[in-house]
Amino acid sequence: MIGRGAMAEYKMAAENLELYYGNRHVLNNISVGIREKAVTALIGPSGCGKSSFLRCLNRMNDMAEGVSIQGRILLDGEDIYDARTDVTKLRRRVGMVFQQPVPFPMSVYDNVAYGPRIHGIRNRQRLDRIVEEALTGAAIWDEVKDRLGKSALGLSGGQKQRLCIARALAVEPEVILMDEPTSALDPAASFKVEELVRSLKQRYTVVIVTHNMRQAARISDYAVFFLAGEVVEQGVTDSIFTYPADRRTGDYIRGRYG
Amino acid sequence: MTEESLYSRRKRPFETAAAAAVYLASALSAVIFIGITGYVFIKGTGAISWKFLTSVSDPLKRTDGIAGNIINTVYIVGLTLAAAVPAGVGAAVYLNEYAGCGRAAALVNFAAETLSGLPSVIFGLFGMVFFGETLGLGYSLLSGALTLTFMVLPLIMSNTREALRSVPEGYRYGALGLGASRWRMIRTLVLPAAMPGILGGVVLAVGRIVGESAALLFTAGSSRFLPRLSGDLMADLGELGKKVMGSGGTLAVELYLQIQNGNYRAAFATACVLMAALMCLNLVFRAFGRMKKMLTAG
Ligand SMILES: Nc1ncnc2c1ncn2[C@@H]1O[C@H](COP(=O)(O)OP(=O)(O)OP(=O)(O)O)[C@@H](O)[C@H]1O
Ligand SMILES: [Mg+2]
Repeated sequence: MIGRGAMAEYKMAAENLELYYGNRHVLNNISVGIREKAVTALIGPSGCGKSSFLRCLNRMNDMAEGVSIQGRILLDGEDIYDARTDVTKLRRRVGMVFQQPVPFPMSVYDNVAYGPRIHGIRNRQRLDRIVEEALTGAAIWDEVKDRLGKSALGLSGGQKQRLCIARALAVEPEVILMDEPTSALDPAASFKVEELVRSLKQRYTVVIVTHNMRQAARISDYAVFFLAGEVVEQGVTDSIFTYPADRRTGDYIRGRYG
Repeated sequence: MTEESLYSRRKRPFETAAAAAVYLASALSAVIFIGITGYVFIKGTGAISWKFLTSVSDPLKRTDGIAGNIINTVYIVGLTLAAAVPAGVGAAVYLNEYAGCGRAAALVNFAAETLSGLPSVIFGLFGMVFFGETLGLGYSLLSGALTLTFMVLPLIMSNTREALRSVPEGYRYGALGLGASRWRMIRTLVLPAAMPGILGGVVLAVGRIVGESAALLFTAGSSRFLPRLSGDLMADLGELGKKVMGSGGTLAVELYLQIQNGNYRAAFATACVLMAALMCLNLVFRAFGRMKKMLTAG
C-alpha cells in the first residue's frame, strides 16, 4: 500500500481502483504509484488485468462496453476521472502505444503530424521540425527520411511500431503507456524498441506492459506484479526480481504461471 | 504404418459433377446477361437518334423524344441523393460511432431492414398521400424525390454501416489516444476509410432511383416538359428551381408508359438509354475504386 503523503512524489497514482466490465470484477482495489521520468513495467500472467489497468491511465476504457470504474487516478495530483476532466487534454498528456501497431492510411509524415495538427499546429516549418524530432526520438528517422511522403502502410512491422511511437511522441506527452509494444516484433526489431524505451525515460514517464521477464529486467526501473486483478507486489525492479517479498511473485518471475 | 504410393489419385465423380454444375450455372448467367442486354441494344439502337435524345414526345405529330425525361431523371437523382445521402450516412455514423449497440440502434436497424424489403408501390402510395396531399406538394419532382428518399435511405444506411464496421479499430483507438475528439477522428480517419463502401451504397441507390417507376408514377407524375430557358441567368435559375415543384416523369416512368401504350419501338430505345446510363455509372465507380486503391497502396 502507498500512504497518502507519499502520493506527492508520483507522476501518476491509482488509489483503490475498481474496474468492472458488466458484472465482471477485473481490477480489485488497485493502488499503484508511477514515478516520474522512469520506466515502470506491469507484469503478470495473461488475463490478470494489466492492459485494463493501463487503459484506465488515459481513460481509453471509457469506450468499452458496460465498463464501470471506481476509485481515483491522479495525474500531478488531479483526478483524471473527475467530472471536470477534459479527456482530450488528458490523452494529450498521457499518450498510448498499442500492442498492434496500426499506422493511419496516410503518409509517414501525416501519421506523425496527425497529433500536432489536431492540437492546432498548422505552421509547416514547425510541423517539419516536430516530425523530424519525433521520428528521431523513435529511432526511425534514418530509415524513413527519404520516404516521408509515401504511405505508412508499406513499412515493416518493426518500423510500424516505431512509427506509432513517433506518432505518440509528436504530441509531446508527459507519460507514455505501452501495451506489449514488442510482442509482434522479431528479436532485432524488439531490441531497437527496447533501446528506445530506455532512452525515452530521459524526458518521459513510461509505463510498459510486458510478458517477457528478461525484457522487464532490462528496461524497467520499477515493476508492478498483477495477479488475478490484484497488485501483489510493487517496487524497484532489481529488488523485486532478486528478493521478491511474495512467494507468488517469485514463482511467476521464474516461470511457474502461464 | 503401411507405405502407400503417392500415385493413387482417384477420380472423384461427385467433385467433377459439382464443378460442372457451378461452371454451367455461371455460364448460364453470363448468357442471360448478354442475351438480354444484347437484345435490348439491338432492338433499341435503331430507334435512337439525335432527335430522340433532344426533343420531347409530341402525340399530335406522333414523334418520340425523351429529352424531358432525361432532365427529370437528373433532377430526381440529384434531389433524392441530396436528402438521402446526408441522412443515411449521418444516421449510420451515429448508430455505429456514437450509440454503441444499444436498443435504439437495434430498433433503427430493424426498421431499416423491414423498409428495404417493402415493394416500391407502397412507397408510391405513401408518398402520394403524405407528400402529395397532406403536405400539398401534389405531383411534383420534389414529392417524388422525397418518396424515393425513404426508399433508398435503408440502402445507403446499411452500406454505410457495413463500411464503417470494416474500418480497423486501430484507427479509432490510435486517433483517440492522441487526443482527437470523436468527431475529428470520424472526419479524418473513419469516413475516408469507409468512403469506397459508402460510395458503393450511393451507386446502388442511384441504380434503384433510375430504375424506379411505381413509386414515382403517383408522386412525381409523368409530364415531359423541358424547362423554358431564355438565356438570362437569373431568370433561368429561377425557372430551373421552379421545376422542382412541377410534375415530371423519369426515363423509367416514360418507359412504363411507352410499354403501356404499345409504343415498343420507343420503349426499346428508352430502355437502351437507361441501361447505357447504368453501365456508365458502374464503370465510373469501378475506375474510382481502382484509383483509390492505387493511391492508398502506393
Ligand atoms: N472490453 C472488455 N470487455 C469485457 N471484458 C474484458 C474487456 N477487456 C478485457 N476484459 C477481460 O478482463 C480481464 C483482464 O483483461 P486484460 O486484457 O486487462 O488482461 P491482461 O493482463 O492485459 O492480459 P494479457 O496479458 O493476455 O494481455 C480478462 O479476463 C478479459 O477477458
Ligand atoms: Mg493485455
